[in-house]
Amino acid sequence: MTQPLLSIRNLTIDYIGETTDFRAVDDVSFDVAHGEIFGLAGESGCGKSTIAFAISRLHRPPALIRSGRILLEGRDVLDLDPRELRHFRWREVAMVFQSAMNSLNPVLRIEAQFYDVLHTHQGMNRKQARERTAEMLRLVDIQPDRMRDYPHQFSGGMRQRIVIAICLALNPKIVVMDEPTTALDVVVQREILQRINELRKTFGFSVLFITHDLGLMVQVCDRIGIMLAGKLVEQNTAQKIYGAPQHDYTRNLWASFPSLHGARVTEIAAT
Amino acid sequence: MGLVPVIARGQSDGDRSHMTDPCNAILALDRISKTFGRAPFAVKAAQSVSFALHPGRTLALVGESGSGKTTCARLVMREYTPSEGRLLFKGKPVETGDARALAAYRRSVQMIFQDPFSSLNPAHTIAYHLRRPLQLHRRDLKGRQIDEAVADLLTKVQLDPALVAPKHPHELSGGQRQRVNIARTLAVGAEVIVADEPTSMLDVSVRLGVLNLLNEMKRDMKLALLYITHDIATARYVAEDIIVMYAGQIVEWGNVNKVIDNPQHPYTRLLLSAVPDPEIRFDDPRAQLKNATVGEVRRLSAIPQERIVAIESDHFVRQIAA
Repeated sequence: MTQPLLSIRNLTIDYIGETTDFRAVDDVSFDVAHGEIFGLAGESGCGKSTIAFAISRLHRPPALIRSGRILLEGRDVLDLDPRELRHFRWREVAMVFQSAMNSLNPVLRIEAQFYDVLHTHQGMNRKQARERTAEMLRLVDIQPDRMRDYPHQFSGGMRQRIVIAICLALNPKIVVMDEPTTALDVVVQREILQRINELRKTFGFSVLFITHDLGLMVQVCDRIGIMLAGKLVEQNTAQKIYGAPQHDYTRNLWASFPSLHGARVTEIAAT
Repeated sequence: MGLVPVIARGQSDGDRSHMTDPCNAILALDRISKTFGRAPFAVKAAQSVSFALHPGRTLALVGESGSGKTTCARLVMREYTPSEGRLLFKGKPVETGDARALAAYRRSVQMIFQDPFSSLNPAHTIAYHLRRPLQLHRRDLKGRQIDEAVADLLTKVQLDPALVAPKHPHELSGGQRQRVNIARTLAVGAEVIVADEPTSMLDVSVRLGVLNLLNEMKRDMKLALLYITHDIATARYVAEDIIVMYAGQIVEWGNVNKVIDNPQHPYTRLLLSAVPDPEIRFDDPRAQLKNATVGEVRRLSAIPQERIVAIESDHFVRQIAA
């Protein structure tokens, strides 16, 4: 394999407590190749979101990166100074947060929120930004003339697509998606992820996809890492994670999903 | 066959669906409609909805956001008054004038909310949460008996009373909090439980535990359960009967296995095809949902239709516009 796009090496992150520290991420290493969708699965509190934040250095105290390296195309993100970091965020790593539809500013028109990003990073004027906005909205199947609307005039699924459009406006190399569709229903979820999959093929960006829905993850991702209590316990291709899980925890995780067809599951996953 | 005919006219037993049969139902909705706003901006959140809840059975109500499932829950909770139609409790309509009957209704019909983090008061202990409903609704209990009842309730939901009772909600996990919510509905002696997405905010590994608990409660205490969800897989896990809603209408209903294995309505098929299936990758053409198809199914399914077709016994579908 050639040089991976994103390479996480022996990352360890602690949350500093008054008396004891909590190790949220423990010696985690994985790579994400160009154009790949890599999935991180695990329960809440297993450290997957902490990793997502650390990649664009959005983690805040009490979180502290103890050791390890986060390399994007060979450059260590942890060495960037504040000015470089501003350039790096959003332009190279964009992020869709959990319940991202609530991350739009309710008092600004969609247009203004695109302009914010495009002006800051690319120095576009209003006219150029409008053109780019129309182009991006078309990509996510939203009528460009609706850019003058406010976020509350859109449904949850549409708002989520707008956030994704803003993320892609600067052609980032990797998009970190932290539970992007958890609050949406299945049909809308499918539509959005299908669109992300198509856009990825067109533009060639990579995706770090974080969710706890293993079934969905196997459908979308190329490779998957399973996390348990801060450790990456298993890492394999999506087919292997589904067909031949190695770690007991992965098997238990599978057992905790009621399936649509076939026998009813009875055992409760041990944690 | 007319619109949800089984309530109005006596028909042969083969045609009779469990869900719309009001005999021996504990709670029944009889052609209830709920409209918000005024014409021309009126939103029909529920259109002529009929279903019945039976002791010891679970009815799953599935549909996407905005399909009217939570409106149904609120109608059952009497948070909304129906614009049309009747709500029958133990065969009798619930009248607003009768305070005693209304109190009995409120005691018998209890709700479990989606968000276990905001449905418990952060300033009170778990014991307080369970003691209050007991003091209000079980006047016969005094002093130590109440503490015993609290311990008993916590044991029923598989929590350790000595450990959990003195704690505050923030010290418990989401799954434990949802168990406390279940205990609270049992405290007042609920006969009908309305569970609105009870597991959607819980971790995958504790979901099954909560669903299993609901299943046991239903079986052992003969509760009637209305389980509202958009996750069809869990609906199959807990429910005997299922109702699929779209745009305020019930589009398909019947035995849960019959509906899932042999979906007839295009919207049901769409919903089922969108359920994540690890067997089919996204790059597989079979997994592709066409935007045009989705739009067409939505448009057709939203048109109000009167005709109902019986597919087999205990499986009905609303015919769609040609």
